[in-house]
Amino acid sequence: MCGMNALTKQATRTAVSANGLRKAYGEKIVLDGVDLSIGAGEVFALLGPNGAGKTTTVQILSTLIPADAGTASVMGHDLRGEADAVRAVIGVTGQFSAVDNLLTGEENLLLMGRLLHLPAAERRARTARLLERFDLVEAARQTPATYSGGMKRRLDIAMTLMGRPRLIFLDEPTTGLDPRSRHTMWQLIRDLVAEGVTILLTTQYLEEADQLADRIAVLDLGRIVAEGTPDELKRRIPGAHIRLRFADAASLDAAARALREGTRDDEELVLRVPNEGGIASLRDVLARLGDGIVVEDLSIHTPDLDDVFFALTGSPSKEQAQ
Amino acid sequence: MTTLTIAAQDSATMLGRELKHTVRFPLLLIGSILVPAVLLLLFVYILGGPIGHGLGDAARGAPYVDFLVPGILMVTVAAGSGTTAINVCLDKTGGIIDRFRTMAIARGAVLTGHVGASVLRTLVTTTVVTGVALLAGFRPEASVAGWFAVAGIVAAFSFALAWLSAALGLVAKSVAGANGSTLPIQFLLPFLSSAFVPASSMPAGVRWFAAHQPFTPVVECLRDLLTGTPAGSAAYLALAWCAAIALAGYLWARAAFRRGTPVT
Repeated sequence: MCGMNALTKQATRTAVSANGLRKAYGEKIVLDGVDLSIGAGEVFALLGPNGAGKTTTVQILSTLIPADAGTASVMGHDLRGEADAVRAVIGVTGQFSAVDNLLTGEENLLLMGRLLHLPAAERRARTARLLERFDLVEAARQTPATYSGGMKRRLDIAMTLMGRPRLIFLDEPTTGLDPRSRHTMWQLIRDLVAEGVTILLTTQYLEEADQLADRIAVLDLGRIVAEGTPDELKRRIPGAHIRLRFADAASLDAAARALREGTRDDEELVLRVPNEGGIASLRDVLARLGDGIVVEDLSIHTPDLDDVFFALTGSPSKEQAQ
Repeated sequence: MTTLTIAAQDSATMLGRELKHTVRFPLLLIGSILVPAVLLLLFVYILGGPIGHGLGDAARGAPYVDFLVPGILMVTVAAGSGTTAINVCLDKTGGIIDRFRTMAIARGAVLTGHVGASVLRTLVTTTVVTGVALLAGFRPEASVAGWFAVAGIVAAFSFALAWLSAALGLVAKSVAGANGSTLPIQFLLPFLSSAFVPASSMPAGVRWFAAHQPFTPVVECLRDLLTGTPAGSAAYLALAWCAAIALAGYLWARAAFRRGTPVT
């Protein structure tokens, strides 16, 4: 009971609180008034396309660059006045693995230990434990030049964990990883959460935010356009749909009559039918179409980041627009 | 631990890291021995004859090699600036500097480590090049104290150029750019000084520049020390230049380090 109590108390504390963060490089506004409130022990995802301001937000909150305006505190320490106190409690794993390529995996971890001023015995013990935990024991004596992308990313996170951070910034931790490494990374993140670490994650993938985050903020052109739990956000996105393409207008007309809930696109000869119920719904749509109408092409569409963006901002994400 | 002890400890850690890099990837170190060694041999055996004849009083009656070697030593010091700028830029573009900047370690320890390693590397390269010079017929007349003074000037000049190179490495956008930005230090300034021929033999405009730029007092001071001549005002001028370059380089590097690398 006592443990529960402590946990509840911790969960109510604020890990990150930011108000009106602004950043511009010359004419280009990167952050246009970002407010964030992240509870201790929470996994918070910043979701957005390239150029939305995700990395800039992480850079500001991890003391790398100052904001032009706005205030923020991390684990109760003011970003401007107590930067070193902030640095002592955070860990940052950036978009590109920041490991020393001329040192072995083991030496990289030992270097972190030295810089954290850990006693020699603890340095070695913690290095051994992290190598074990991140499945790098066999590669420990090799330099990262021989590592795969996933291994480098694991070494990077292991280095971040040397200092036992209470808040970890993970900037696009799975970008560029193959699906298998991505799932390994997700499991690693879940394990961290189980230990009570607060995580601020940035990602371009709705699925990743959905899988990992307690709360998601959608960032677009330097502004947070929506915030909530994954379920709250998904309710705001138009549901999945079945996309039917026809050879001619006559077939489209016939199909549109059979499936009145669909929205038609006469130019592309496409009918989009909402598909909430998976297989059952698909079977129902096909049954109602019957044998008489010839469908050229059928695809099942599940909501992705573009849908989120379309729904929340009324315009496709920047990348798609390009 | 006091702030100062932490700073010293962190700098020592970073120095150890950088020395390990040098041992693991010695190509740049070898390069900064080869370039001055080749210049030395080129000037002694191929170009040196007519230059030596034309030196007149500047040679103080000694062969051209004795005039040349102090200049070659200065070129050796300058050659290290490319290595330093490249290594700092590699740390920056590789993201590890940003990792260090998010840790509660002494600010700038990584740069101190780079500069310290640069000075140590230069002491190694200048020693090797001095060996080559002795084989090529260089006959210095320096006393023991003179040699210590030579080492001191080499270290001071190397220290100054290392801070400047660290700043160049931090502000460069790419590793190639970092190397490129040190080329004036590595080649232009040594040639436009009295390293190879006396400044007084140069055309008027160049002569004024050569007489007033930092490399000239440094090389003249080294030349005085190595030929056993009392180093006069050149020594003070050389040290003043070293102090000024070191301070400017340090302030520039510190500012660039604090500013960080914004994403675009």
